[in-house]
Amino acid sequence: MIVSLRAVSRVYPARAGQPEVHALGPIDLELAQGEFFAVVGPSGCGKSTLLDVMAGLASPSSGEVFFESKRVEGEVPEGIGVVFQEDASFPWLTVHDNIAFGLRRAGMAQAEVAAQVGYAIDFMGLKEFARAYPAQLSGGMRQRVCIARTLVLKPRLILLDEPFGALDQQTRLLMGDELLRLWRATGATILLITHALDEATMLADRVGVMSARPGRFLDIIATGWPRERDSTLVAGDSFGKLTGRIWKLLRGESLRAMGHS
Amino acid sequence: MRWRDSAVLIFLFVLVWEVLYLIIGDVALRSPAATVQNLNTLLADARFLPHLRETGLAFAQGFAIAVVVGLLIGVPLGAARFAGEVAEPILVALYSIPKVTLYPVILLIFGIGMPAKVAFGAIHGIVPISIFAMNAVRNINPTHLRTARVLRLSPMSLFSNVLLPATLPEIVTGIRVGFSLALIGTLLGEMFGSQHGLGHLLMQAMSLHNIERILALTLLIVVFAAGINALLLALDRRLHARA
Amino acid sequence: MSVVLVRTALIIGAVALLEILCRLGVIPNFTVIPPSAMAQSLWKILASGKFSADIAATLTNVGIAIAAAMIVGIAVGTLLQSWPAARRVFDPLFATYYAVPMYAFYPLLLVIFGLGDFPQIAIGFLLAVMAVIINTLNGLDRVPAVLLKTARVHRLGLVSAALRVRLPYAAPYVFTGFKLAVAYSFIGVVGAEFITSSRGIGYEISFAYNNFDNAVMYAMILFILLLVITVNMSLHAWEKRLLSRRRRA
Repeated sequence: MIVSLRAVSRVYPARAGQPEVHALGPIDLELAQGEFFAVVGPSGCGKSTLLDVMAGLASPSSGEVFFESKRVEGEVPEGIGVVFQEDASFPWLTVHDNIAFGLRRAGMAQAEVAAQVGYAIDFMGLKEFARAYPAQLSGGMRQRVCIARTLVLKPRLILLDEPFGALDQQTRLLMGDELLRLWRATGATILLITHALDEATMLADRVGVMSARPGRFLDIIATGWPRERDSTLVAGDSFGKLTGRIWKLLRGESLRAMGHS
Repeated sequence: MRWRDSAVLIFLFVLVWEVLYLIIGDVALRSPAATVQNLNTLLADARFLPHLRETGLAFAQGFAIAVVVGLLIGVPLGAARFAGEVAEPILVALYSIPKVTLYPVILLIFGIGMPAKVAFGAIHGIVPISIFAMNAVRNINPTHLRTARVLRLSPMSLFSNVLLPATLPEIVTGIRVGFSLALIGTLLGEMFGSQHGLGHLLMQAMSLHNIERILALTLLIVVFAAGINALLLALDRRLHARA
Repeated sequence: MSVVLVRTALIIGAVALLEILCRLGVIPNFTVIPPSAMAQSLWKILASGKFSADIAATLTNVGIAIAAAMIVGIAVGTLLQSWPAARRVFDPLFATYYAVPMYAFYPLLLVIFGLGDFPQIAIGFLLAVMAVIINTLNGLDRVPAVLLKTARVHRLGLVSAALRVRLPYAAPYVFTGFKLAVAYSFIGVVGAEFITSSRGIGYEISFAYNNFDNAVMYAMILFILLLVITVNMSLHAWEKRLLSRRRRA
């Protein structure tokens, strides 16, 4: 088990006029090495908080988080990469320098850096734009830069928080294929947070369905897809059945999150 | 909240002053307590008040001219887009010039005395006031103007109900900056070529190595400048909060 | 009609008007000399190297003031931005700082540090440093949370995160602070030289004035004006180039 969460919850304490907010948990979760796990849930259920806690960006109010059998506390452990929902590309660096950012810090030799960055740029289809600045690229391209920047450090666990949220449906499906390709090529464990049910069902080995706030796992559904898969599986029967099953679980939760009983 | 922060700051300032005094000693400083006492004595001195009045008069006139001329320049430039674009870099350049280098020119034109000091204070204040006024007018929401036209407001009404409230916050900020700069200008003018006024007294005290007086005068100037600025700042903040 | 064209014409026109009024004697020569005479005098001075030492002294002092203001200003700005409690205490200072006539402290500095270049550099520094602090704070405030998180994911320490992520993001605002630092350093140093000094451009202007030497005085005033305007324009052009990369295409 590469990642373990035991009875993890996150509570924001009461502050000036605001009551205490129970944002997440309790959550128990184990991720197997190399698996693709998706998390879906109604808005505000704490999906992003789950990612923050898993990565070490936030500390759990109770419970423990383990990464590769070591306790995660306060700082982000080596070997974890995160792709955020918002654009996190560095506007003052070219695409090439953005991707090289983490490698340069590690004190790697020039030639080696160039080689690794070149590979990542090719893999993510950014070759034409290597010398461009993020401001000159579309939102989707900028996300690719962020993914490439994460990739190049060879993380063993990759966390993605609604990375394709701002993109149109067709682009999302294609980016999903990219993500699968990346997953197979690197052998990393992937946790993807998404609000799109079809995306979760299509991409993941297992889908965790979260309840409304405070987020807990209502169910974890195994999809049973083969490792060699792509977006064409959305045409099949089992896809529709799985998605339907997830929606049944989620529908009530989503209504509750919106304030209906 | 804010008053408490100011109090802490003033306390820290006095503390640092006292510590510096303990380190440097009477050769070049006086303690805060002694300075306040010296200032009191100075304010009570009959020979001092004419200087205070001279500076006050020069500053008031310079500031008044700066406000009037600054607005006369800034408002039309804000209204006429093209003229504003042409003039802006010129105004910004004027802002960065060490205006003290123009002082001899002022003296040559006005001769030594009050008019030169007033002019010096004025030129320091005119530029920021005009820049802020120009921006204030430029940034009037065109939708407000169209609405006023639709409502067929009279010119008086247009002015008091639309133009004035829209531009006032920014103009007041400009006036606040202009106030400080006009004060600097007036004092600087007195420091360089005058026989009267606070600036002159300051330079005189320096050449006589009269440390008590230097500190007392500096304290007076600082308290006056900071105090008025705090009041204007409160006004500034209130206007911006409403806007 | 181009804005630049009109502006250039306006400036040339104003100078030409001044020239004509001076030549005609409408403006007497003991008050203002014609611009052409100013330029001629300046040329002679520069060619002869008469004031080279003064110019070098002023530029060196301005340079030191700018460098000190940038280093201290950025460091203090970065520190305060990460320490909200301290920043709140200093808030009133930021609002009031430029209201206080910095030159009022000049006599005090002269008394404490004696004659020599330090008091002038100090005034330039004191005027410039606050602008750098305020603009650095402003820039750092605008760093998006996602970039701060990214720095943590890359496991950057506090100093590393500041130098490699936060300050680079805030660079446009720090540059604004830099432009102000340059302007204020000139104003502070030259102004102080004017009041009391034994060398420097400000001193030479004051000396020429006291000796009724209009030719030299106006030449040096012209020099300062041209210098400051040129520096400002260069900074403006540099800034535009730096920022063009970060603007939406």
